[in-house]
Amino acid sequence: MYFGASASALQRLVEQLKLEAAVERIKVSQAAAELQQYCMQKACKDALLVGEPRSCALF
Amino acid sequence: MATEALHENETLASLKSEAESLKGKLEEERAKLHDVELHQVAERVEALGQFVMKTRRTLKGHGNKVLCMDWCKDKRRIVSSSQDGKVIVWDSFTTNKEHAVTMPCTWVMACAYAPSGCAIACGGLDNKCSVYPLTFDKNENMAAKKKSVAMHTNYLSACSFTNSDMQGCDKKAMVWDMRSGQCVQAFETHESDINSVRYYPSGDAFASGSDDATCRLYDLRADREVAIYSKESIIFGASSVDFSLSGRLLFAGYNDYTINVWDVLKGSRVSILFGHENRVSTLRVSPDGTAFCSGSWDHTLRVWA
Repeated sequence: MYFGASASALQRLVEQLKLEAAVERIKVSQAAAELQQYCMQKACKDALLVGEPRSCALF
Repeated sequence: MATEALHENETLASLKSEAESLKGKLEEERAKLHDVELHQVAERVEALGQFVMKTRRTLKGHGNKVLCMDWCKDKRRIVSSSQDGKVIVWDSFTTNKEHAVTMPCTWVMACAYAPSGCAIACGGLDNKCSVYPLTFDKNENMAAKKKSVAMHTNYLSACSFTNSDMQGCDKKAMVWDMRSGQCVQAFETHESDINSVRYYPSGDAFASGSDDATCRLYDLRADREVAIYSKESIIFGASSVDFSLSGRLLFAGYNDYTINVWDVLKGSRVSILFGHENRVSTLRVSPDGTAFCSGSWDHTLRVWA
């Protein structure tokens, strides 16, 4: 994977990986719950989801 | 000289092993927080009913493959670009063409509508991004007012008036901090090129569509892939994806001419839409979420609702 990579390119890769490793993460269960909550909150405004009655639809 | 080379090799070797161990650590950290699957969390959510979505308008006029389209903020105008070298602005209610610009090249791969509604940007094989102010004055030549805003060393594949801070390159999706110019997160779980990425409406996640025939959802705060949208029967690449207003639905256009509609939370397909007669190349939900538009290699655009 690193075949032919120069020392400076590898150095940059190491720095990049350190940056990515340092990201603060939350549990999937919490992230998933929040995604779900957003969907539920906005559901009634989502015309494609609830299906607008054709009489007042734009198209 | 020999000792210099030896030193360089040692440095390379130690950098490589550091990179490997950092990658391993990244996977470990991500795995620690992988306590549940999104669809498990969504088990108690009511399943979606049957969807009746149909083509409500067909926009005909391009002489070749439609490559890109964008909605105007007024939720009715659409700009599209094509391999025929033309960029057309449509009134999607009436299907009338309001403006047409002939580009100096074919394969206009990217186009975008300005938030003000007063201009469009486009580009392709001419290697630049040009902005055209839109005018209704019949005496004005739109092409004469064009401004080049960016010169690239190769073809323009995407342009946007907003800070589009995501990029799918090869199998990797990268999230960039526009202020520092740094890549802050990277995700590499697709098995083939990513063709399209789009933010979830809350901004906390994004979806991707790939040549590996899957679409995937990545949560930015959990820093990992949280869902895969796929079926054994779907074997052609997904070219473009977009979310419905609430983020519950993911619309994806495929190279097998279909559009699949996915339940983002449960991971299941809720509908398959037929109509296009060639690959779907571009897809965007309208600004108010009441419809979505797809563009295809069959030279047409379709508005669905």
